[in-house]
Amino acid sequence: MSATATRRSATWAPDSHDFPTRRYDLVKEFVIALVVMLVLTIVAALVFSSPDDSALSLQRWAQEAPNDVVATATGELAGTTTTATYGPPYNTNADGQSLGPIVLPKLTGVTQPIDAADDFVITPLRTLSSDPAVAAALRQWSSASADQRTKWAQAYSDALAAAPDGDPAKVASGDYGPVPALAKGELALASSGALEGLLSSRTSFFGTDSTKPLLFLADGSYLEDQARVQNLGGDQWGIMNETGNYPGQPWLWLYAFWYQIPPFSTSDNADVQVWALMILLSIGFICIPWIPGLRTLPKHLGVHKLIWRGGRWR
Amino acid sequence: MSRTDPAAPMRAGSHDSWTRALSGWIEGLVPKGQWLPDRQPAYVASWIYVFGVACLASLVVVIASGLVLTFGGITWWHTNSFGHFVNSMHLWSVELFFATMVIHLWGKFFMAAWRGHRGMTWATGALAFFGSLGTAFTGYLIQTNFDAQWISTQAKDGLNAAGVGAYFNVMNVGQMVLWHVSFLPLVVGVIVGLHLLLVRRRGVVPPIGAESPVGVESPVAAEPSGASAPPETSGPGAAAAPPGAARPTAGVSAQEVGS
Repeated sequence: MSATATRRSATWAPDSHDFPTRRYDLVKEFVIALVVMLVLTIVAALVFSSPDDSALSLQRWAQEAPNDVVATATGELAGTTTTATYGPPYNTNADGQSLGPIVLPKLTGVTQPIDAADDFVITPLRTLSSDPAVAAALRQWSSASADQRTKWAQAYSDALAAAPDGDPAKVASGDYGPVPALAKGELALASSGALEGLLSSRTSFFGTDSTKPLLFLADGSYLEDQARVQNLGGDQWGIMNETGNYPGQPWLWLYAFWYQIPPFSTSDNADVQVWALMILLSIGFICIPWIPGLRTLPKHLGVHKLIWRGGRWR
Repeated sequence: MSRTDPAAPMRAGSHDSWTRALSGWIEGLVPKGQWLPDRQPAYVASWIYVFGVACLASLVVVIASGLVLTFGGITWWHTNSFGHFVNSMHLWSVELFFATMVIHLWGKFFMAAWRGHRGMTWATGALAFFGSLGTAFTGYLIQTNFDAQWISTQAKDGLNAAGVGAYFNVMNVGQMVLWHVSFLPLVVGVIVGLHLLLVRRRGVVPPIGAESPVGVESPVAAEPSGASAPPETSGPGAAAAPPGAARPTAGVSAQEVGS
Protein backbone atom coordinates (compact mmCIF):
# COMPACT_ATOMS: atom_id res chain seq x y z
CA MET A 1 0.00 0.00 0.00
CA SER A 2 1.42 3.43 -0.89
CA ALA A 3 2.11 6.16 1.65
CA THR A 4 -0.78 8.17 0.30
CA ALA A 5 -3.15 5.29 0.66
CA THR A 6 -2.27 4.75 4.31
CA ARG A 7 -2.76 8.42 5.18
CA ARG A 8 -6.13 9.39 6.62
CA SER A 9 -8.16 12.19 5.17
CA ALA A 10 -7.71 15.53 6.97
CA THR A 11 -11.34 15.34 8.03
CA TRP A 12 -11.64 11.62 8.67
CA ALA A 13 -13.83 10.56 11.57
CA PRO A 14 -14.89 7.14 12.76
CA ASP A 15 -18.48 6.04 12.26
CA SER A 16 -20.66 7.53 14.97
CA HIS A 17 -22.70 4.32 15.12
CA ASP A 18 -19.71 2.28 16.28
CA PHE A 19 -19.63 4.07 19.63
CA PRO A 20 -21.37 3.05 22.81
CA THR A 21 -24.78 4.61 23.10
CA ARG A 22 -27.03 5.85 25.84
CA ARG A 23 -30.71 6.65 26.04
CA TYR A 24 -31.54 10.03 24.57
CA ASP A 25 -35.09 11.30 24.28
CA LEU A 26 -34.97 13.69 21.32
CA VAL A 27 -38.69 14.46 21.39
CA LYS A 28 -38.64 15.25 25.10
CA GLU A 29 -35.59 17.44 24.58
CA PHE A 30 -37.35 19.36 21.79
CA VAL A 31 -40.55 19.84 23.79
CA ILE A 32 -38.60 21.14 26.79
CA ALA A 33 -36.60 23.45 24.51
CA LEU A 34 -39.81 24.71 22.94
CA VAL A 35 -41.37 25.45 26.31
CA VAL A 36 -38.21 27.20 27.53
CA MET A 37 -37.94 29.31 24.37
CA LEU A 38 -41.62 30.19 24.52
CA VAL A 39 -41.39 31.23 28.16
CA LEU A 40 -38.22 33.26 27.54
CA THR A 41 -39.90 34.95 24.58
CA ILE A 42 -43.06 35.81 26.50
CA VAL A 43 -41.11 37.13 29.48
CA ALA A 44 -38.87 39.25 27.23
CA ALA A 45 -41.91 40.55 25.34
CA LEU A 46 -43.69 41.46 28.58
CA VAL A 47 -40.66 43.06 30.22
CA PHE A 48 -38.95 44.74 27.27
CA SER A 49 -41.77 45.09 24.70
CA SER A 50 -40.53 46.25 21.26
CA PRO A 51 -39.62 49.62 19.78
CA ASP A 52 -42.12 51.42 17.60
CA ASP A 53 -41.17 54.99 16.80
CA SER A 54 -43.83 56.08 14.37
CA ALA A 55 -42.89 56.71 10.77
CA LEU A 56 -41.98 60.25 9.77
CA SER A 57 -44.60 61.81 7.54
CA LEU A 58 -43.85 64.44 4.93
CA GLN A 59 -46.37 66.59 6.77
CA ARG A 60 -44.37 66.32 9.98
CA TRP A 61 -41.23 67.11 8.04
CA ALA A 62 -42.91 70.26 6.67
CA GLN A 63 -44.05 71.29 10.14
CA GLU A 64 -40.78 70.66 11.97
CA ALA A 65 -38.25 71.54 9.27
CA PRO A 66 -40.00 73.63 6.58
CA ASN A 67 -36.75 75.17 5.38
CA ASP A 68 -35.36 71.69 4.73
CA VAL A 69 -38.39 70.85 2.58
CA VAL A 70 -37.89 74.02 0.54
CA ALA A 71 -34.16 73.36 0.15
CA THR A 72 -34.80 69.73 -0.87
CA ALA A 73 -37.46 70.67 -3.42
CA THR A 74 -35.11 73.27 -4.86
CA GLY A 75 -32.32 70.68 -5.01
CA GLU A 76 -34.59 68.31 -6.92
CA LEU A 77 -35.31 71.07 -9.45
CA ALA A 78 -31.60 71.88 -9.72
CA GLY A 79 -30.72 68.22 -10.14
CA THR A 80 -28.27 68.23 -7.24
CA THR A 81 -29.89 65.89 -4.70
CA THR A 82 -28.80 62.32 -4.01
CA THR A 83 -31.66 60.88 -6.05
CA ALA A 84 -31.19 63.31 -8.95
CA THR A 85 -27.52 62.34 -9.25
CA TYR A 86 -27.89 58.65 -8.30
CA GLY A 87 -27.72 56.69 -11.52
CA PRO A 88 -29.15 53.16 -11.86
CA PRO A 89 -31.62 51.83 -10.90
CA TYR A 90 -33.32 55.28 -10.80
CA ASN A 91 -31.80 57.25 -13.70
CA THR A 92 -28.78 57.57 -15.95
CA ASN A 93 -27.34 60.67 -14.31
CA ALA A 94 -24.39 58.66 -12.94
CA ASP A 95 -22.85 55.23 -13.47
CA GLY A 96 -23.13 53.97 -9.91
CA GLN A 97 -20.40 52.43 -7.79
CA SER A 98 -17.66 50.39 -9.40
CA LEU A 99 -15.62 47.40 -8.34
CA GLY A 100 -12.49 47.85 -10.41
CA PRO A 101 -13.65 47.89 -14.02
CA ILE A 102 -17.02 46.37 -13.16
CA VAL A 103 -20.00 48.70 -12.71
CA LEU A 104 -22.82 46.39 -11.66
CA PRO A 105 -25.58 49.04 -11.54
CA LYS A 106 -24.93 49.82 -15.22
CA LEU A 107 -25.32 46.16 -16.11
CA THR A 108 -28.72 45.92 -14.44
CA GLY A 109 -29.81 49.34 -15.73
CA VAL A 110 -32.68 51.64 -14.82
CA THR A 111 -35.53 49.51 -13.50
CA GLN A 112 -37.30 52.11 -11.32
CA PRO A 113 -37.15 55.27 -13.47
CA ILE A 114 -37.28 58.48 -11.45
CA ASP A 115 -37.00 62.03 -12.78
CA ALA A 116 -36.38 63.77 -9.47
CA ALA A 117 -37.58 67.23 -10.53
CA ASP A 118 -40.63 66.00 -12.36
CA ASP A 119 -41.69 63.12 -10.09
CA PHE A 120 -41.02 64.76 -6.74
CA VAL A 121 -41.99 68.40 -7.46
CA ILE A 122 -43.54 69.31 -10.80
CA THR A 123 -46.08 66.46 -11.19
CA PRO A 124 -47.43 66.74 -7.62
CA LEU A 125 -47.69 70.52 -8.01
CA ARG A 126 -49.94 70.13 -11.05
CA THR A 127 -52.66 69.10 -8.59
CA LEU A 128 -52.47 72.64 -7.16
CA SER A 129 -53.89 74.20 -10.30
CA SER A 130 -56.31 76.23 -8.20
CA ASP A 131 -53.38 78.20 -6.78
CA PRO A 132 -52.70 81.01 -9.31
CA ALA A 133 -49.10 81.57 -8.16
CA VAL A 134 -48.24 77.89 -8.54
CA ALA A 135 -50.05 77.61 -11.86
CA ALA A 136 -48.14 80.62 -13.22
CA ALA A 137 -44.85 79.22 -11.92
CA LEU A 138 -45.54 75.87 -13.55
CA ARG A 139 -46.25 77.57 -16.89
CA GLN A 140 -43.01 79.57 -16.67
CA TRP A 141 -41.04 76.45 -15.70
CA SER A 142 -42.52 74.39 -18.53
CA SER A 143 -41.78 76.97 -21.19
CA ALA A 144 -38.16 77.51 -20.12
CA SER A 145 -35.18 75.65 -21.52
CA ALA A 146 -33.46 72.98 -19.46
CA ASP A 147 -30.41 75.23 -19.01
CA GLN A 148 -32.54 78.12 -17.80
CA ARG A 149 -34.36 75.90 -15.31
CA THR A 150 -31.08 74.65 -13.89
CA LYS A 151 -29.72 78.19 -13.62
CA TRP A 152 -32.78 79.39 -11.71
CA ALA A 153 -32.86 76.41 -9.39
CA GLN A 154 -29.10 76.40 -8.74
CA ALA A 155 -29.12 80.11 -8.00
CA TYR A 156 -32.00 79.74 -5.55
CA SER A 157 -30.37 76.71 -3.96
CA ASP A 158 -27.16 78.69 -3.38
CA ALA A 159 -29.14 81.62 -2.02
CA LEU A 160 -30.99 79.37 0.42
CA ALA A 161 -27.71 77.89 1.61
CA ALA A 162 -26.39 81.40 2.24
CA ALA A 163 -29.53 82.63 4.02
CA PRO A 164 -29.67 82.50 7.84
CA ASP A 165 -31.11 79.09 8.83
CA GLY A 166 -31.86 78.50 5.13
CA ASP A 167 -34.97 80.60 5.66
CA PRO A 168 -36.63 81.39 2.31
CA ALA A 169 -37.91 84.67 3.78
CA LYS A 170 -34.31 85.83 4.29
CA VAL A 171 -32.97 84.94 0.86
CA ALA A 172 -31.15 87.70 -1.01
CA SER A 173 -32.95 88.97 -4.06
CA GLY A 174 -31.94 87.45 -7.38
CA ASP A 175 -33.12 85.91 -10.63
CA TYR A 176 -34.68 82.68 -9.42
CA GLY A 177 -37.51 82.51 -11.97
CA PRO A 178 -40.45 80.40 -10.79
CA VAL A 179 -38.37 78.27 -8.40
CA PRO A 180 -39.33 80.06 -5.12
CA ALA A 181 -43.03 79.73 -5.97
CA LEU A 182 -42.60 76.05 -6.89
CA ALA A 183 -40.70 75.32 -3.69
CA LYS A 184 -43.27 77.19 -1.65
CA GLY A 185 -46.02 75.20 -3.36
CA GLU A 186 -44.21 71.95 -2.53
CA LEU A 187 -44.05 73.01 1.11
CA ALA A 188 -47.78 73.75 1.04
CA LEU A 189 -48.49 70.31 -0.42
CA ALA A 190 -46.34 68.62 2.21
CA SER A 191 -47.92 70.67 5.02
CA SER A 192 -51.39 69.69 3.90
CA GLY A 193 -50.50 65.99 4.06
CA ALA A 194 -51.28 65.51 0.38
CA LEU A 195 -47.72 65.09 -0.91
CA GLU A 196 -47.19 61.63 0.57
CA GLY A 197 -50.19 60.21 -1.25
CA LEU A 198 -49.28 61.99 -4.46
CA LEU A 199 -45.81 60.44 -4.41
CA SER A 200 -46.75 56.92 -3.32
CA SER A 201 -49.92 56.40 -5.30
CA ARG A 202 -48.84 57.69 -8.69
CA THR A 203 -48.53 54.20 -10.12
CA SER A 204 -51.12 52.36 -8.09
CA PHE A 205 -54.34 53.15 -6.26
CA PHE A 206 -53.19 50.94 -3.38
CA GLY A 207 -49.85 52.65 -2.83
CA THR A 208 -47.78 49.74 -1.53
CA ASP A 209 -44.58 51.15 -3.04
CA SER A 210 -42.98 53.80 -0.82
CA THR A 211 -39.91 54.30 -3.00
CA LYS A 212 -40.62 57.87 -4.09
CA PRO A 213 -41.69 59.41 -0.77
CA LEU A 214 -38.78 57.66 0.95
CA LEU A 215 -36.25 58.86 -1.61
CA PHE A 216 -37.61 62.41 -1.39
CA LEU A 217 -37.50 62.29 2.41
CA ALA A 218 -33.97 60.88 2.36
CA ASP A 219 -32.82 63.65 -0.01
CA GLY A 220 -33.40 66.14 2.81
CA SER A 221 -31.42 66.31 6.03
CA TYR A 222 -34.40 65.87 8.39
CA LEU A 223 -34.49 62.05 8.23
CA GLU A 224 -30.78 61.69 8.92
CA ASP A 225 -30.93 64.26 11.73
CA GLN A 226 -33.64 62.19 13.42
CA ALA A 227 -31.64 59.00 12.89
CA ARG A 228 -28.42 60.40 14.29
CA VAL A 229 -30.21 61.43 17.45
CA GLN A 230 -31.03 57.72 17.85
CA ASN A 231 -27.42 56.68 17.08
CA LEU A 232 -28.44 55.17 13.77
CA GLY A 233 -25.96 56.95 11.48
CA GLY A 234 -23.80 54.92 9.15
CA ASP A 235 -20.70 55.83 11.18
CA GLN A 236 -22.63 54.87 14.33
CA TRP A 237 -23.03 51.22 13.23
CA GLY A 238 -26.52 52.29 12.20
CA ILE A 239 -27.58 49.40 10.02
CA MET A 240 -27.43 46.96 12.93
CA ASN A 241 -29.07 49.24 15.51
CA GLU A 242 -32.67 50.16 16.02
CA THR A 243 -34.45 52.89 17.91
CA GLY A 244 -34.30 52.83 21.69
CA ASN A 245 -32.24 50.47 23.81
CA TYR A 246 -32.93 47.34 21.82
CA PRO A 247 -30.46 44.83 20.39
CA GLY A 248 -31.42 45.42 16.75
CA GLN A 249 -29.59 43.18 14.31
CA PRO A 250 -26.27 42.37 16.03
CA TRP A 251 -25.75 39.56 13.51
CA LEU A 252 -24.92 42.31 10.99
CA TRP A 253 -21.96 43.48 13.06
CA LEU A 254 -19.34 42.38 10.57
CA TYR A 255 -21.14 44.09 7.68
CA ALA A 256 -21.41 47.32 9.70
CA PHE A 257 -17.83 46.98 10.92
CA TRP A 258 -16.21 47.43 7.51
CA TYR A 259 -17.86 50.83 7.09
CA GLN A 260 -16.06 52.08 10.21
CA ILE A 261 -12.50 51.47 8.98
CA PRO A 262 -10.33 52.52 6.00
CA PRO A 263 -10.26 52.03 3.11
CA PHE A 264 -14.04 51.52 3.17
CA SER A 265 -14.81 54.48 5.45
CA THR A 266 -13.20 56.85 2.94
CA SER A 267 -14.07 55.12 -0.32
CA ASP A 268 -16.56 56.40 -2.89
CA ASN A 269 -17.26 52.76 -3.74
CA ALA A 270 -17.57 51.53 -0.16
CA ASP A 271 -20.95 49.85 -0.63
CA VAL A 272 -19.94 47.57 -3.46
CA GLN A 273 -16.55 46.90 -1.89
CA VAL A 274 -18.11 45.87 1.42
CA TRP A 275 -20.63 43.72 -0.41
CA ALA A 276 -17.92 41.99 -2.42
CA LEU A 277 -15.87 41.36 0.72
CA MET A 278 -18.88 39.99 2.61
CA ILE A 279 -19.80 37.67 -0.25
CA LEU A 280 -16.24 36.34 -0.33
CA LEU A 281 -16.18 35.85 3.44
CA SER A 282 -19.59 34.18 3.37
CA ILE A 283 -18.52 31.73 0.67
CA GLY A 284 -15.38 31.02 2.68
CA PHE A 285 -17.47 30.39 5.81
CA ILE A 286 -19.73 27.96 3.97
CA CYS A 287 -16.71 26.18 2.45
CA ILE A 288 -14.65 25.79 5.65
CA PRO A 289 -14.84 21.96 5.45
CA TRP A 290 -12.99 22.06 2.14
CA ILE A 291 -10.37 24.73 2.92
CA PRO A 292 -7.00 23.22 3.95
CA GLY A 293 -5.75 24.74 7.16
CA LEU A 294 -9.12 26.12 8.19
CA ARG A 295 -10.79 22.71 8.28
CA THR A 296 -8.20 21.40 10.73
CA LEU A 297 -7.92 24.60 12.78
CA PRO A 298 -10.38 23.49 15.52
CA LYS A 299 -8.17 20.50 16.30
CA HIS A 300 -5.30 22.86 17.11
CA LEU A 301 -7.43 25.37 19.01
CA GLY A 302 -8.32 22.69 21.53
CA VAL A 303 -11.72 24.10 22.51
CA HIS A 304 -13.18 20.68 21.71
CA LYS A 305 -11.53 19.35 24.87
CA LEU A 306 -14.02 21.41 26.87
CA ILE A 307 -16.90 19.73 25.03
CA TRP A 308 -15.70 16.12 25.07
CA ARG A 309 -14.33 15.86 28.57
CA GLY A 310 -13.48 12.83 30.59
CA GLY A 311 -13.62 10.29 27.79
CA ARG A 312 -16.97 8.91 28.93
CA TRP A 313 -17.61 7.95 25.36
CA ARG A 314 -14.63 5.62 25.10
CA MET B 1 -58.46 -17.61 -4.48
CA SER B 2 -54.96 -17.67 -3.11
CA ARG B 3 -53.71 -15.14 -0.59
CA THR B 4 -51.24 -12.68 -1.95
CA ASP B 5 -48.32 -11.25 -0.05
CA PRO B 6 -48.60 -7.45 -0.13
CA ALA B 7 -44.84 -7.10 0.28
CA ALA B 8 -44.07 -9.40 -2.62
CA PRO B 9 -44.04 -6.76 -5.36
CA MET B 10 -41.65 -4.68 -3.25
CA ARG B 11 -39.26 -7.57 -3.03
CA ALA B 12 -39.62 -8.40 -6.68
CA GLY B 13 -38.13 -5.14 -7.80
CA SER B 14 -37.59 -1.87 -6.01
CA HIS B 15 -37.48 0.36 -9.06
CA ASP B 16 -40.18 -0.97 -11.36
CA SER B 17 -42.40 2.07 -10.79
CA TRP B 18 -41.78 5.72 -10.12
CA THR B 19 -43.66 5.46 -6.85
CA ARG B 20 -41.51 2.59 -5.60
CA ALA B 21 -38.36 4.32 -6.76
CA LEU B 22 -39.34 7.48 -4.85
CA SER B 23 -40.36 5.46 -1.83
CA GLY B 24 -37.08 3.59 -1.84
CA TRP B 25 -35.13 6.79 -2.25
CA ILE B 26 -36.90 8.43 0.71
CA GLU B 27 -36.35 5.35 2.89
CA GLY B 28 -32.69 5.34 1.97
CA LEU B 29 -32.05 8.97 2.85
CA VAL B 30 -31.41 8.04 6.45
CA PRO B 31 -30.20 4.71 7.84
CA LYS B 32 -32.97 2.56 9.21
CA GLY B 33 -33.96 3.61 12.71
CA GLN B 34 -32.12 6.91 12.55
CA TRP B 35 -34.94 9.32 11.63
CA LEU B 36 -35.87 9.61 15.29
CA PRO B 37 -33.57 7.36 17.32
CA ASP B 38 -34.04 6.89 21.06
CA ARG B 39 -30.37 6.44 21.65
CA GLN B 40 -27.34 8.62 20.92
CA PRO B 41 -23.60 7.96 21.07
CA ALA B 42 -22.31 8.31 24.61
CA TYR B 43 -20.13 11.27 23.67
CA VAL B 44 -23.25 13.36 23.09
CA ALA B 45 -23.05 14.65 26.65
CA SER B 46 -22.46 18.38 26.67
CA TRP B 47 -24.68 21.46 27.00
CA ILE B 48 -23.41 22.63 23.63
CA TYR B 49 -25.67 20.05 21.98
CA VAL B 50 -28.71 21.79 23.45
CA PHE B 51 -28.29 24.87 21.28
CA GLY B 52 -29.13 23.13 18.03
CA VAL B 53 -32.51 22.01 19.29
CA ALA B 54 -32.99 25.34 21.11
CA CYS B 55 -32.43 27.09 17.79
CA LEU B 56 -35.01 24.85 16.14
CA ALA B 57 -37.47 25.46 18.98
CA SER B 58 -37.06 29.24 18.76
CA LEU B 59 -37.63 29.00 14.99
CA VAL B 60 -40.99 27.44 15.76
CA VAL B 61 -41.84 30.40 18.03
CA VAL B 62 -40.63 32.82 15.33
CA ILE B 63 -42.89 31.24 12.73
CA ALA B 64 -45.90 30.98 15.06
CA SER B 65 -45.68 34.61 16.23
CA GLY B 66 -45.09 35.74 12.65
CA LEU B 67 -48.19 33.88 11.50
CA VAL B 68 -50.29 35.63 14.15
CA LEU B 69 -48.93 38.98 12.95
CA THR B 70 -49.98 38.22 9.38
CA PHE B 71 -53.62 37.91 10.44
CA GLY B 72 -53.82 41.60 11.26
CA GLY B 73 -51.70 42.99 8.42
CA ILE B 74 -48.49 44.95 8.53
CA THR B 75 -49.78 48.02 10.38
CA TRP B 76 -52.09 46.25 12.84
CA TRP B 77 -49.52 46.04 15.61
CA HIS B 78 -49.14 49.82 15.79
CA THR B 79 -52.70 50.33 17.01
CA ASN B 80 -53.56 47.12 18.86
CA SER B 81 -51.96 46.26 22.22
CA PHE B 82 -52.22 42.52 21.59
CA GLY B 83 -50.68 43.06 18.17
CA HIS B 84 -47.81 44.97 19.77
CA PHE B 85 -47.30 42.11 22.23
CA VAL B 86 -47.18 39.58 19.40
CA ASN B 87 -44.73 41.82 17.57
CA SER B 88 -42.59 41.88 20.71
CA MET B 89 -42.74 38.08 20.83
CA HIS B 90 -41.69 37.96 17.21
CA LEU B 91 -38.76 40.28 17.88
CA TRP B 92 -37.47 38.44 20.95
CA SER B 93 -37.93 34.99 19.45
CA VAL B 94 -35.82 36.16 16.50
CA GLU B 95 -33.15 37.42 18.89
CA LEU B 96 -33.19 34.06 20.70
CA PHE B 97 -33.14 32.23 17.37
CA PHE B 98 -29.99 34.04 16.27
CA ALA B 99 -28.33 33.79 19.69
CA THR B 100 -28.82 30.03 19.83
CA MET B 101 -27.90 29.62 16.17
CA VAL B 102 -24.62 31.50 16.57
CA ILE B 103 -23.68 29.47 19.67
CA HIS B 104 -24.63 26.30 17.78
CA LEU B 105 -22.48 27.36 14.82
CA TRP B 106 -19.46 28.19 16.95
CA GLY B 107 -19.89 24.95 18.86
CA LYS B 108 -19.90 23.00 15.62
CA PHE B 109 -16.87 24.93 14.40
CA PHE B 110 -14.84 24.07 17.48
CA MET B 111 -15.96 20.44 17.13
CA ALA B 112 -14.89 20.47 13.45
CA ALA B 113 -18.30 18.94 12.90
CA TRP B 114 -17.70 18.61 9.17
CA ARG B 115 -15.47 15.58 9.71
CA GLY B 116 -16.55 12.19 8.44
CA HIS B 117 -18.24 13.34 5.22
CA ARG B 118 -20.32 15.96 7.05
CA GLY B 119 -19.22 18.90 4.92
CA MET B 120 -22.69 19.45 3.50
CA THR B 121 -24.17 19.39 6.99
CA TRP B 122 -21.95 22.35 7.88
CA ALA B 123 -22.64 24.07 4.55
CA THR B 124 -26.43 23.80 4.91
CA GLY B 125 -26.18 25.12 8.48
CA ALA B 126 -24.14 28.10 7.27
CA LEU B 127 -26.61 28.67 4.43
CA ALA B 128 -29.48 28.57 6.93
CA PHE B 129 -27.69 31.30 8.87
CA PHE B 130 -27.34 33.52 5.79
CA GLY B 131 -30.92 32.82 4.71
CA SER B 132 -32.08 33.82 8.17
CA LEU B 133 -30.11 37.07 7.89
CA GLY B 134 -32.08 37.99 4.78
CA THR B 135 -35.38 36.99 6.31
CA ALA B 136 -34.77 39.00 9.48
CA PHE B 137 -33.58 41.97 7.43
CA THR B 138 -36.80 42.07 5.40
CA GLY B 139 -38.71 41.86 8.68
CA TYR B 140 -37.09 45.10 9.80
CA LEU B 141 -38.05 46.67 6.47
CA ILE B 142 -41.77 45.97 6.82
CA GLN B 143 -42.28 47.37 10.31
CA THR B 144 -43.88 50.46 8.72
CA ASN B 145 -42.27 52.72 11.32
CA PHE B 146 -39.23 54.98 11.60
CA ASP B 147 -36.83 52.04 11.80
CA ALA B 148 -38.16 50.71 8.51
CA GLN B 149 -37.81 54.14 6.87
CA TRP B 150 -34.22 54.57 7.99
CA ILE B 151 -33.03 51.02 7.40
CA SER B 152 -34.55 50.86 3.91
CA THR B 153 -33.14 54.20 2.76
CA GLN B 154 -29.71 53.22 4.06
CA ALA B 155 -29.68 49.63 2.84
CA LYS B 156 -30.73 50.55 -0.68
CA ASP B 157 -27.26 51.92 -1.45
CA GLY B 158 -25.47 48.63 -0.79
CA LEU B 159 -28.04 46.65 -2.73
CA ASN B 160 -28.03 49.11 -5.63
CA ALA B 161 -24.23 49.12 -5.76
CA ALA B 162 -24.28 45.33 -6.01
CA GLY B 163 -26.87 45.46 -8.79
CA VAL B 164 -29.40 43.69 -6.59
CA GLY B 165 -31.51 46.76 -5.95
CA ALA B 166 -32.68 46.79 -9.54
CA TYR B 167 -34.92 43.83 -8.72
CA PHE B 168 -35.02 43.78 -4.92
CA ASN B 169 -36.38 47.17 -3.90
CA VAL B 170 -36.15 47.57 -0.14
CA MET B 171 -38.33 50.69 -0.25
CA ASN B 172 -41.21 48.82 -1.85
CA VAL B 173 -43.00 47.63 1.25
CA GLY B 174 -45.41 45.48 -0.77
CA GLN B 175 -42.54 43.56 -2.34
CA MET B 176 -40.68 43.20 0.96
CA VAL B 177 -43.76 41.87 2.77
CA LEU B 178 -44.11 39.09 0.24
CA TRP B 179 -40.43 38.19 0.41
CA HIS B 180 -40.57 38.16 4.20
CA VAL B 181 -43.62 35.96 4.60
CA SER B 182 -43.32 33.64 1.61
CA PHE B 183 -40.13 33.11 -0.35
CA LEU B 184 -37.47 33.66 2.29
CA PRO B 185 -39.14 31.56 5.03
CA LEU B 186 -39.64 28.84 2.44
CA VAL B 187 -35.95 28.93 1.53
CA VAL B 188 -34.88 28.87 5.19
CA GLY B 189 -37.37 26.08 5.91
CA VAL B 190 -36.07 23.93 3.06
CA ILE B 191 -32.43 24.49 4.06
CA VAL B 192 -33.16 23.73 7.72
CA GLY B 193 -35.04 20.58 6.66
CA LEU B 194 -32.08 19.50 4.53
CA HIS B 195 -29.72 20.26 7.39
CA LEU B 196 -31.73 18.11 9.81
CA LEU B 197 -31.89 15.31 7.28
CA LEU B 198 -28.11 15.37 6.88
CA VAL B 199 -27.65 15.37 10.66
CA ARG B 200 -29.80 12.25 10.94
CA ARG B 201 -28.16 10.68 7.88
CA ARG B 202 -24.61 11.00 9.20
CA GLY B 203 -25.21 10.94 12.92
CA VAL B 204 -23.49 13.17 15.47
CA VAL B 205 -19.81 13.70 14.72
CA PRO B 206 -17.46 11.74 17.02
CA PRO B 207 -14.91 13.57 19.20
CA ILE B 208 -11.74 14.89 17.59
CA GLY B 209 -9.03 12.28 17.87
CA ALA B 210 -11.44 9.46 18.69
CA GLU B 211 -10.76 6.02 17.25
CA SER B 212 -13.47 3.59 16.37
CA PRO B 213 -14.28 1.48 19.46
CA VAL B 214 -14.87 -1.57 17.29
CA GLY B 215 -11.67 -1.21 15.33
CA VAL B 216 -13.41 -0.29 12.11
CA GLU B 217 -11.73 2.40 10.15
CA SER B 218 -12.95 4.30 7.19
CA PRO B 219 -11.30 3.53 3.90
CA VAL B 220 -8.52 5.96 3.25
CA ALA B 221 -9.22 9.09 1.23
CA ALA B 222 -7.01 11.96 0.18
CA GLU B 223 -9.85 14.49 0.18
CA PRO B 224 -12.61 15.00 2.74
CA SER B 225 -15.65 15.50 0.56
CA GLY B 226 -18.34 12.92 0.28
CA ALA B 227 -18.00 13.04 -3.48
CA SER B 228 -14.35 12.08 -3.59
CA ALA B 229 -14.13 9.82 -0.57
CA PRO B 230 -15.60 6.35 -0.83
CA PRO B 231 -18.48 5.66 1.54
CA GLU B 232 -17.93 3.57 4.60
CA THR B 233 -18.97 0.11 3.59
CA SER B 234 -17.45 -2.12 6.21
CA GLY B 235 -18.41 -2.83 9.75
CA PRO B 236 -21.65 -3.65 11.47
CA GLY B 237 -24.81 -2.86 9.65
CA ALA B 238 -23.05 -1.62 6.55
CA ALA B 239 -25.28 -3.52 4.20
CA ALA B 240 -28.35 -1.56 5.24
CA ALA B 241 -26.79 1.89 4.92
CA PRO B 242 -27.65 4.11 1.98
CA PRO B 243 -24.75 5.09 -0.23
CA GLY B 244 -22.59 7.65 1.50
CA ALA B 245 -24.53 7.52 4.74
CA ALA B 246 -23.27 6.42 8.10
CA ARG B 247 -24.06 2.89 9.07
CA PRO B 248 -27.38 2.34 10.77
CA THR B 249 -28.53 1.31 14.21
CA ALA B 250 -25.82 1.17 16.76
CA GLY B 251 -27.63 -1.48 18.69
CA VAL B 252 -26.11 -4.22 16.60
CA SER B 253 -22.56 -3.71 17.68
CA ALA B 254 -22.28 -0.92 20.11
CA GLN B 255 -21.86 -1.41 23.77
CA GLU B 256 -24.79 0.31 25.43
CA VAL B 257 -24.01 2.54 28.36
CA GLY B 258 -25.94 4.72 30.68
CA SER B 259 -29.27 3.10 30.00
